[in-house]
Amino acid sequence: MKKVLAMPQSLTGARWHYCPGCGHGIIHRLVAESMDELGIRERTIGICPVGCAVLAYDYFNCDMLEAAHGRAPAVATGIKRILGDRVVFTYQGDGDLASIGMGEIVHAASRGEKITVFFVNNTVYGMTGGQMAPTTLLGQVTTTSPFGRDKDREGYPMKVAELLSTLEGAAYVTRVAINTPANAARAKKAIKRAFEVQMAGTGFSLVEILSTCPTNWGLGPVEAMKWLEEKMIPYYPLGDYKVKEAQ
Amino acid sequence: MKGNEALAEGAVIAGCRYFFGYPITPQSEVAEYLARRLPQVGGVFLQAESELAAINMVYGGAATGARVMTGSSGPGLSLKQEGISFIAEAELPCVIANISRGGPGLGGIQPAQSDYMQACKGGGHGDYHLVVLAPSSVQEMMDFAIEAFDLADRYRTPVLIMSEGMLGQMMEPVEVRDFVTPAYEKPWAVTGCAGRKPNIVNTLHLPPDELEARNHVLAAKYARLQAEQKRAELFMTEEAELIVVAYGLLSRVAKKAVADLRAQGLRVGLVRPITLWPFPDTFLEACMPAARAFMSIEISMGQMVEDVRLAVNGRAPVDFFGRIGVVPSPREVRDAIEDVAKRRGLA
Repeated sequence: MKKVLAMPQSLTGARWHYCPGCGHGIIHRLVAESMDELGIRERTIGICPVGCAVLAYDYFNCDMLEAAHGRAPAVATGIKRILGDRVVFTYQGDGDLASIGMGEIVHAASRGEKITVFFVNNTVYGMTGGQMAPTTLLGQVTTTSPFGRDKDREGYPMKVAELLSTLEGAAYVTRVAINTPANAARAKKAIKRAFEVQMAGTGFSLVEILSTCPTNWGLGPVEAMKWLEEKMIPYYPLGDYKVKEAQ
Repeated sequence: MKGNEALAEGAVIAGCRYFFGYPITPQSEVAEYLARRLPQVGGVFLQAESELAAINMVYGGAATGARVMTGSSGPGLSLKQEGISFIAEAELPCVIANISRGGPGLGGIQPAQSDYMQACKGGGHGDYHLVVLAPSSVQEMMDFAIEAFDLADRYRTPVLIMSEGMLGQMMEPVEVRDFVTPAYEKPWAVTGCAGRKPNIVNTLHLPPDELEARNHVLAAKYARLQAEQKRAELFMTEEAELIVVAYGLLSRVAKKAVADLRAQGLRVGLVRPITLWPFPDTFLEACMPAARAFMSIEISMGQMVEDVRLAVNGRAPVDFFGRIGVVPSPREVRDAIEDVAKRRGLA
């Protein structure tokens, strides 16, 4: 019998702690498959955020480091500046990257740090129980925006890919989603390309990945995927925001 | 050489090739010197966008096993505390310099030793300590920088060099000594897992028993440091009835005052803590048979004096003299010591 599908080598196979229907499992797998296909597992160092993916070091089968809230791009910078021939990635959520860590991500992108960032946007702080994130949509109810996010009270949701794409040091910035098999396949292509941009030394690369949080959205996994498509994608359009050619 | 430059060159001599920092007075010469110097030796100087980023770059850099450093001053150190707590927990060796200034708040850039508590009593969250070295001369700025990297690697701990801004700005002749970096195996480093199992640098321990076990591991290391690394300089402490305790640049002023008073017949001696943590209480203890009174002299409102009191443990009176923003003159210090001697019936 021919084996057509197996656990990627770049995953440990540890059982997820993620909630049923959560997008992290899919995204972890896409990142791991990309690492396998590029043959970089043994020279990759990953940085976990604070948030639901804080335990990602249990899942990625490569050297891992767990950073303080929002600081992963700075930690990655420290590693990459010393080990320039290794592949360094951060895996960050929206509270981590776009709120407390906005300074670190903007400057890492601006410096053109040759690191790859996987930015998981699910519009809420997952681990702390569904509070408002910088990416929470207008009108969206969270535990800290109980009346729905209001532009006059909480301001507008942050468009990270658009923002970072304006920076000269950013070489590849794109937004993908994991709500359908077709989108997940596109997401994987983007993830792989982001690694390749780093390996080519072109500059900073970031893949914003629209994902789901059924638990904190109060939806079933299928409804959550539908909500992503109907609510998130119109505000956060998919596609490439910056593609710098290798020099 | 300027104190800050001696410190920076000491780091280079120790094999440090990576510096991540943010400009702040009176520390900036450390960064400026290394911005020129590190590229000459194949290293990297990177000006971070913030103190937070700088300490986290050090966190990442130290995790690779390289010798890395950052420097700052009071307010910058406050911002770095989160990262320092992580580095201490992850047991990553690195060196941090505090070319300190007066506080609280923005304070001022004049001489002060008012970050003693921050340096020695935690600063950041959680049960941890730093090794804290207090140089008193430009020569020691260089020597302690070299020593700091060795201690950091030997004990897998961040080491803080505590210097008054004035010492950083002072110029003195320096003898550059030959130094061979001892090699330390760092099998825990994250460098890519080729040929081995993946390494994980982590400070999260959700199961309570695991967290407690981690704290015991750290506590055992701190106990070892306390047993092995308490350091102090003793000056005229033989049969001294009054022991003056002062560190850093101020200890040199105190030394002059003590020598003058000894010449006048007052039985006074000086203990100069070299390690602020672990605090050299054993050196005070050794003075106890003869010493009937102690006195802490600081450029602060009284911080180290608490550790002097703990060391003396109620067995003798402990007095305090301090200024902020100025280094008191030998005469001023001498008068303060004489006052205490009189008050305690020793003169």
